[in-house]
Amino acid sequence: MEASPHKLRLEPLLWILFSAGGVVAAFLIPVHLLVQGIVFPLGLAKAPDYATIAAFVTHPLVRLYLFVLCSVPLFHAAHRIRYTLYDGLQIKHLNEVIAVCCYGGAVVGTLFAGFLLWSIH
Amino acid sequence: MKSTMAPPAYTLNHPRWYRKRVSTYWWLERWEYLRFVLREISSVFVAYFVVLMLMQILAVSRGPAAYDKFQNLLRNPLVIALNIVSFLFVVFHSITWFNLSARAMVVRIGGKRVPGFLISGPNFVAWLVISAVIAWFLVRG
Repeated sequence: MEASPHKLRLEPLLWILFSAGGVVAAFLIPVHLLVQGIVFPLGLAKAPDYATIAAFVTHPLVRLYLFVLCSVPLFHAAHRIRYTLYDGLQIKHLNEVIAVCCYGGAVVGTLFAGFLLWSIH
Repeated sequence: MKSTMAPPAYTLNHPRWYRKRVSTYWWLERWEYLRFVLREISSVFVAYFVVLMLMQILAVSRGPAAYDKFQNLLRNPLVIALNIVSFLFVVFHSITWFNLSARAMVVRIGGKRVPGFLISGPNFVAWLVISAVIAWFLVRG
């Protein structure tokens, strides 16, 4: 495939987001998933009640933290899913469609996370 | 001196002329390939986690009833099973990512390359410390 000048400008940004998302996912996601998705539901530790959670989430630093947690890993996943479909299943003829869906999904998720964390009170 | 000979006729190499057919299931042929694909697939579970997290924040923003409803959904055995599988995949992502950092970063001290474990090692230590701090925040509330 020919590399157009437009692609050349976009690719480094996507790569940086992939890399940053990989770092954020590697450091932060396992513990969140373990505690919130396994330990609390199984009753191995008591989940904080609504009032505590609601007060916690509205703190500016927590909002910022959650925004990072819910945005850059999406671009990491988008990048990997895109290339797994490209190389793994060799769906090369749909390259553009897949790229738009993957990165588009990440952009939509990021905007939703931003809106949600901005408007929560 | 001028040559009267015609310049040699160059033909551009065309990769499509000879290309060995790769099976769609090439990643099942070797454990290394499968491991690579599993590492890439871990990203699906990363995306799943973000969706789960956003659903939880949405539930919190909608009030106590919505939050309780979401907590009930999390107690569904199928969701717990999915979360356990996701946890294993994201841990696999973390391990491969930190090991990769040692290969991506070439640090030289006194002309000698710093061995990989000195680069990935601190990453693993930081991972444990950060995880402990976050777990403390989450459990304490």
